[in-house]
Amino acid sequence: MNAPASTLVSLHDIGKVFTNGVTALSGFDLAIRAGDFVSLLGPSGCGKSTVLRLIAELAEPTVGHVTWPGSAHEDHRSEIGFVFQEPTLMPWANVADNVWLPLRLRGLSRRDAQERITQSLSLVGLKDFAKAYPRELSGGMKMRVSIARALSLKPQLLLMDEPFAALDEITRFKLNDDLLKLQNDLRCTIVFVTHSVYESAYLSSRIAIMSPRPGRIMAEVAGDAPGPRAKDFRTSPRYAALCGEISQILLEQNAEESA
Amino acid sequence: MTAASSNPLKLALPLLVFAAMIGFWEAIVRLHGIPPYILPAPSLIGTTMVADWPLLQASLLTTLKTTLLGLALAVLGGILIAVILSLSRIVEYSLYPFAVVLQVTPVIAIAPLLLIYMPQDVAVLTCAWLVAFFPVLSNTMLGLQSVDRNLMELFALYGAPASRKPLARLCSRLKALWYLRRPAALPAFLAGLRIAGGLSLIGAVVAEMAAGSAGAGSGLAYRIIESQYRLNIPRLFAALVLLALTGIALYLLLAAVSHLLLRRWHESALTQEK
Repeated sequence: MNAPASTLVSLHDIGKVFTNGVTALSGFDLAIRAGDFVSLLGPSGCGKSTVLRLIAELAEPTVGHVTWPGSAHEDHRSEIGFVFQEPTLMPWANVADNVWLPLRLRGLSRRDAQERITQSLSLVGLKDFAKAYPRELSGGMKMRVSIARALSLKPQLLLMDEPFAALDEITRFKLNDDLLKLQNDLRCTIVFVTHSVYESAYLSSRIAIMSPRPGRIMAEVAGDAPGPRAKDFRTSPRYAALCGEISQILLEQNAEESA
Repeated sequence: MTAASSNPLKLALPLLVFAAMIGFWEAIVRLHGIPPYILPAPSLIGTTMVADWPLLQASLLTTLKTTLLGLALAVLGGILIAVILSLSRIVEYSLYPFAVVLQVTPVIAIAPLLLIYMPQDVAVLTCAWLVAFFPVLSNTMLGLQSVDRNLMELFALYGAPASRKPLARLCSRLKALWYLRRPAALPAFLAGLRIAGGLSLIGAVVAEMAAGSAGAGSGLAYRIIESQYRLNIPRLFAALVLLALTGIALYLLLAAVSHLLLRRWHESALTQEK
């Protein structure tokens, strides 16, 4: 919408072969601009999660490289927040201590981290649950804690690996809206892995559709500009058209497969 | 354990059964006039317990000391070795099989050897340690390895930058050990501890029995052997009762410790309150 945003992370001609011989990615190109909400949409096993792990430097590409054009320092991991499909909370620690983990690993004492913890929890609407233990929370609330933890380091880039896939639809709708509001408030960039056409259409400014393994970007669909959705967006013709367009591409892909 | 307090029947019923069995035993012995050297009545066992208390008490303390010291050393050694094994695969592969060999060789068969090479009290203690050590080791190792894989990834992401230097790598492993593996291992460790408590007592008793014929031991197991030789069956029973009570007390104590440490978060310690 605004002036062309600068590229935050760029993946160039990435190939990834696992040690067991499986080729997860091949010829994968993607440039993520600051402020983007990019959804990676594709069939299971197409290497979506691997892309996130490569960006987070949790894995290294076999060929190709990941660059951060806008960033001067070497270690980009401090700019990244990561949210897994499971909440992955420490069951023995209460909500506040779970959010503390990334800060603690950066050397912040509990007292020095307090302000950030409260801030992060307020962002996801869980300020009053700081003392609760994960087992006392619902699935959606656990996921909120997981997001608060990812936000605690104030990351520029939020990587989310099918974070809402295990939640019920009603909770997912709510969290979708909250996430868009969050991105709007924080002005962060989000790369969101999903296998749901509807979720990707609802959330994204860009929907990158991946081919089955070995994964690469097959097509890109422009979603609406990021930002909170109007109340009736879910029932609007625009949303339906977007879902239709994405589904059409996936159908063609399937047809090619079986041909 | 937690449910016992909420449901009085759970406590009352076994007590009732116990009382009935004791009463039945007492009645049988009295009705048939069974001599005490074959089967003493519970009342006689009770009076023997009181009359022989100075002797039995000394034996109880000896056995208790061996058991608790053996357990303490097993916990220390088990945790220490589990931590070392978990820090390095190479160490684990080269040492763990020997721990298994020590465990699967029956301690009663090792005891005579130990008694040859060591002073008696040290040999008895070693036996208690040997049997109690393995459950602590294997459970703690299992627990240390049971950290959520994604949590370890988070740790890698947010932790210190990956370094090739061995010292930095060890440092980050120690950090992961303290922040993640230690709390994750606690439930498994406590399960091991409860098993080890009982086994430590068994180890102490087995070793005392193996040593008993040889000499000057004065533990409860030795009293049992001695009473058997002297046909002092009431005292044999009294010593047996004390051993059983020791086992029960130890179990309850360790279960309580486990409950206290886990009650905030672990499924095993949760009460139904919702």
